[in-house]
Amino acid sequence: MNRPGLFDDILELTSEHFVLVLVSMAIAIAIGIPLGILLTRRPPLQGWVLGFANVLQTVPSLALFGFLIPIPLIGGIGKRTAIVALVLYALLPILRNTLVGILGVDPAVRESAVAMGMTDRQLLWQVELRLAAPTILAGVRVATVTTVGTATIAAAIGGGGLGVFIFRGIASVDTTQILAGAVPAAVLALLSDGGLGWIEKRFSAA
Amino acid sequence: MPAAGATATVEFRHVSYRTGGNLILDNLSFSIEPGETLVLLGRSGAGKTTALKMVNGLLFPTSGDVCVDGRPTTDWDLIALRRGIGYVIQDVGLFPHFTVAQNVGLVPRLEGWPMERITARTRDLLQEVGLEPEQFLHRYPRELSGGQRQRVGVARALAADPRLLLFDEPFGALDPVTRLELQDQFLALRRQLQKTSIFVTHDVREALRLGTRIALLDRGRLEVLATPQEFVKSQEPVTRAFLAVLDIGMQMNAGDLG
Repeated sequence: MNRPGLFDDILELTSEHFVLVLVSMAIAIAIGIPLGILLTRRPPLQGWVLGFANVLQTVPSLALFGFLIPIPLIGGIGKRTAIVALVLYALLPILRNTLVGILGVDPAVRESAVAMGMTDRQLLWQVELRLAAPTILAGVRVATVTTVGTATIAAAIGGGGLGVFIFRGIASVDTTQILAGAVPAAVLALLSDGGLGWIEKRFSAA
Repeated sequence: MPAAGATATVEFRHVSYRTGGNLILDNLSFSIEPGETLVLLGRSGAGKTTALKMVNGLLFPTSGDVCVDGRPTTDWDLIALRRGIGYVIQDVGLFPHFTVAQNVGLVPRLEGWPMERITARTRDLLQEVGLEPEQFLHRYPRELSGGQRQRVGVARALAADPRLLLFDEPFGALDPVTRLELQDQFLALRRQLQKTSIFVTHDVREALRLGTRIALLDRGRLEVLATPQEFVKSQEPVTRAFLAVLDIGMQMNAGDLG
């Protein structure tokens, strides 16, 4: 085994993995939070959308990656398909926590905000989102940690990332290779958990 | 403190409110004159809070009209209507993520007042409700006692010099001594500001002490509308039921003396 080359590979695949997670999370947040807000304004849709997101979550991740391959535009082999699958997985915790966080705002607080003449927009930005922020961030944190792990499966459909090591290691029964993928993935998960936890705490304190 | 500003009239015209098949308000008609404090008195579920929420457009009548300054609430721009009305509720509803200063200055900020005017106004108001500004401006609601929170709630309601004040059992959750202090505060503020106020309570003592007139609601109907002096003399059964609370107090006093 070529040891110096392995270290370079770890760096490269770790950064590829990181970008995969970052892009997926950015898209999931950009969809999940506004959709969650919209749902707080449209109660009849809540059951449907949450149900759909719940079902998506129950599909085994390897199968979801596989299902996406034959779908035109979003499917195929490669990073794009991997990102679509990761976004679908990350959506539920973000969506649910946005909804729960906003609906959990004390009704007395919401009522006095309305009674004081806040517009719906002011109520949302100055009161609801501020008070729901810790809950929403907790959802983002859970989704991120999960995505770091799930992203290793992206390698199965040519998405790259640390999963490349793991699949190669399994195929060649090489523990070193498996560890070269698993350890950096675990470190990445711990770091993002710690970082987002820190931000979450700062928001709760205010 | 600014001199007494413009103040409003409120009129209920044949107001009924129905929800889920229940008649909550039944053909209410009365009017409130500028500067008066009308107390809506009644048991739990009598419709007091529902009636109050019709005034600032949190609820609308199923039939009839609630007019503020002669205009039905359904014709008002609700944001403008609400910003001209101070609202104090039992749970206070202070924003937990805002400091006392930010809470009190909220409506002026929404109205786009310049910063230094908001700051000056906030300090004046805290002084007015008996809270030392230096000590309280930068605290959060969770760092205050119930009585202090309620004082901040009153200051917040007064901030943008509203024409009308609504109180929904504001002192209901306070201990009796603090409640008495806040009632005194209320009377002092009223003498000074002379604003039209509507005050919801189920406490007959509070009603007699604070109201210029008392409207007794029972199951959504207006049973009695009288000054406190007339109210205590009333022979209506519903009125006697409330006054019986006072009689018990009197008997205990007499017993102690004898």
